[in-house]
Parts: sequence; C-alpha cells; structure tokens
Amino acid sequence: MRKLAARLYDWLDARLDLADLTAPLRHKTVPVHYFSYWYYLGGMTLFLFFVQVVTGILLLLYYRPTANEAFESVQFIMTRVRFGWLIRGLHAWSANLMILCAFAHMFSVLFLRAYRKPRELTWVSGCVLLFLALGFGFSGYLLPWNELAFFATKVGTDIVGQVPAVGHWLMVFLRGGEEVTGATLTRFFGFHVAVLPAITVLFLGIHLALIQRQGISVPPGLEPAMHVLAYLRKHDPAAAEMLIKTAGVQPETREMPFFPNFFLRELMAWYIALGLLGVLAALAPWELGAKADAFAPAPAGIKPEWYFLWMFQTLKLIPGKLGPIDGELAGILAFSAAGVLWVLLPFFDRDKGRAQRLIKGAGIFALAYIVAMTAYGYIAK
Amino acid sequence: MNPVPESAGPSEAASPATPRRRLLGMLLGSSLAASLASILYPILKFVQPPATGELEVDSVAAAGGDELAPGMSKIFRFGSRPGLLVRLPDGSYRGFNATCTHLNCTVQYRGGEQDIWCACHNGIYDLRGRNVSGPPPRPLEEYDVHERGGEIVVARRQKA
Repeated sequence: MRKLAARLYDWLDARLDLADLTAPLRHKTVPVHYFSYWYYLGGMTLFLFFVQVVTGILLLLYYRPTANEAFESVQFIMTRVRFGWLIRGLHAWSANLMILCAFAHMFSVLFLRAYRKPRELTWVSGCVLLFLALGFGFSGYLLPWNELAFFATKVGTDIVGQVPAVGHWLMVFLRGGEEVTGATLTRFFGFHVAVLPAITVLFLGIHLALIQRQGISVPPGLEPAMHVLAYLRKHDPAAAEMLIKTAGVQPETREMPFFPNFFLRELMAWYIALGLLGVLAALAPWELGAKADAFAPAPAGIKPEWYFLWMFQTLKLIPGKLGPIDGELAGILAFSAAGVLWVLLPFFDRDKGRAQRLIKGAGIFALAYIVAMTAYGYIAK
Repeated sequence: MNPVPESAGPSEAASPATPRRRLLGMLLGSSLAASLASILYPILKFVQPPATGELEVDSVAAAGGDELAPGMSKIFRFGSRPGLLVRLPDGSYRGFNATCTHLNCTVQYRGGEQDIWCACHNGIYDLRGRNVSGPPPRPLEEYDVHERGGEIVVARRQKA
C-alpha cells in the first residue's frame, strides 16, 4: 500500500515536479506563543465552510426552490430521507458556528493587530468574506419558506429599500418584484447556491493566497523578542537560555512547521468541531416551523437570526424622526458608514500610539456594542 | 534572523517497526477508518432516495367510449408509466405498455404504416406488440381492453 503510494508520488513528481509545488508548504511556519490558539479560528471558519459546501450539495439533491414545493421538500428531507435531519441540522448549525467563528477570528485579528502593514488587503478580503457569509445566512434563511423566514426577509429587504437613491431598485432586485413572493425564493436560491459561492471562492482564494505569501502575523509586542531569541537559539543557545531566565522573555516565542505540526493540531480541532456539530444536530434539531403564508399576520416575537439581531435592535431603538430625516434611514446610513470605516481600519493604523489606541478602542466598543445589543435583543419583547 | 523551526518530534527517531509504534499506528488507523465510515455511511444513505408510495395499478380507465375514432390512438397514464391505446380501423381496441423495450422511449401508433413505432431508434412493432424491426429486443407488454360503462378500461393481463 505504502509502496504503491510512493510509486504514484514518484510518477507524478517526475511529470509535475511536485517537490517544487510543496516547497512553500514545507517552509511555512506558524509562530508559537501564548496567543497561538487564536490562529485556529481562521482555519476553523474554513472547515465549517467546507461542511457547508458538502451538506449544501447534499441538500440540493432533494430541495425544490419554488413557493409551492420548498417547504414540503424540506419537510420531506427532515422526515423521509434517511439522515436528512442530520444533514440539514449540520448545515444550519455549521452556518451559525461559521459566522460566530468568523466574527471571533476578525476580533482576534483586530486585537492582535494582525491587520497592520503589510496585511491590509488580507483584512479587507476577510471583511468581504464576512459580508458574504452574512449574505449566505440571509439568503439561506428564506429557503425553507417558513413563516419566520418569510417575514424576516420582508423586513430585511425593506431595510435595503430605505437606502437613498438606489434603495428601491435594490429592493426590487432582491425580491424579484415589489413583494416577497415565490420569485424572491427563486432568486435567493440562485444567490445562495451559485452567485455567493462563486464570489466566495474568489475572495477565499485571495485571502488564503495572501496568508500563504506573507506568512502568519506575530503580535507586535512579541516580534522583537521572537527574532532575537530565534537568532540566539541558532548561534548561541546559552545566551538564549540566559535571556529567557533573566529578562523574562517567554521561552515559547518560536515557530513550528505548518506541515505537519500545525496542520495536525488544526485537524484535531476540526475533528472535535465535527463531533460537536453532530451532537448539536442530534440534540438540538433545527425547527422547520409553519409554512409561509403571505396573507397571514406576522407571528409574535419575530426576530432575525442572531447575527443580525444587534442591528435590528438598534433600528428599533432609534426614534421615528431624527431632525429632518427618518430615524430608520439615519440608522442604516450610520451602519453603512461604520461598515466602510471598519473595512478600511488598517489604513488608519500608523506606528503612533494615538491611532492604535483609537483602533483598539473602536474594536472594544464594537465588540461590547454587538454583545450588548444582541443580549438586549433577546431579552426585549 | 530566521527563527528556528521546531523539530518534527520523535517520529523520525523511532523506527516504524517498533511493536509499540505499530500498535499505536493500528489503533490510530482503525479510529480513522471508523470516523470515516461514520461520515460516509449517512451520506451514502442520504443520497439514496426514500421509496415513494408508488401505487401499483392493475387497471385504469384509459378513454371514453366514443373518444377515439377508428384508426386513432392515445397515450394514457397507467400508474406512473405511459400506456398506448389503439383503436384499429375495424373498431376494436388494443392496449400496450407504451415503453419501448429497447431504451425506454415512448412508442407511438402509425395509422399509415399500421404499426407501432419508436422514434428514438426506429424500432417497429406490429399491432400485436411483437418487435418486428429495428433494435427492440422484446415485444411490448399487451394489456386487456374491455368496454365497461361507457369507458374503455385497460387491465394488466393476469399471469397464468
């Protein structure tokens, strides 16, 4: 078996020069220090994305994207198809955990200042990927065509309609008409399984290529020590020991090869995540609810998915009129402006204390705001 | 200035032939195989569609009593498959399974040629359903046709 694999490798190597291709993988290293665990979050997000791709393709085998059949086809998947409950449960849970991981990854990058020069574009592409993930969540939420999703989509697309100038056009584009109907479902299905995946693959490629090219960031506070220690370890190990003992330098400031050391650790984390997903899908099944009915009143306590809740809650709190403009509109404009600033954050980072403190403050504020508003959204009736 | 990579650990030091290492390798391999099986099994089951409650039909009202003039034909639903009802020029009826025995196309009655023809690969059956020309390997299944209460009823032949 092993011999066969080796011969196959040699055969391919003779034709494709694999050694050349795998060289970057062999030279790639991951810094080891006491913040290292945060490095797993990006890979974890990627893993959950893989789970989404696989379970999504499986769901496509039975799902039917029309207003008459969507709900029934999901019901069919949940009740008749063997392991259908598991596949849909995995898809729903993994989607939510993926967005959670992406948010956590983003904030860890922010607080470890990994976005700083030369990695501004990695941050920007990551922000785009997060927006795409939110788009996946929003479009996928409608697909079972149940009551909650129907009204959430009505509200969500209506908010888009408030944007000045292009708002109405955008809303009609999203809904496939003036109202949320079967046409909206068909469209969202197209976005969810074709448009968004294609764009995501592109930006994921850019994001990963940038990381591969630039290597993994080391938190700025640790950078000098890591370089000095690495140099000493190579040329004067005794001095390195001295430095660790006397100057309080963390002995952990070193690197491990990406392959196989980091890769296997990451694989272990993925394995645990898969187990967790299975447990969640089995013990906390994703509900289907009641079929959407355009002529039924909105059910009480309607809320969007948790990752939109903080925005939803904010819009609820803004008074109807803010001076001359609509409160709703003011909120949307504020969120849009904040979003743009957020994407451009690395470009404000100068090697001066003030700008850095400002960014750190903005990060802490954003995190606290999102957590607080989400909690408030759940408590508020 | 290049940091020193961590050494790859003891894996290179120990020979793969060490019994303890072999045992560990076996344990790890079988756990991996079990994990893989527990992932693949649900997927394999999922992709097989569950049996839908398809009703086996034994007889069906294929047409009204005066629907077909002599020399006409129609395709009717026999359960989930198409059937072919032919009214011959002499006014009698014949019923067939309309699925060609070659590659599952649906056949048609040709009044001019007085035969049953499959357009896909030019298969020809006579008006008894016997395969007389072209690629079909077997005759068409013929059904019993009765007139009952102003309807033409087609029934599967009981196997003797």
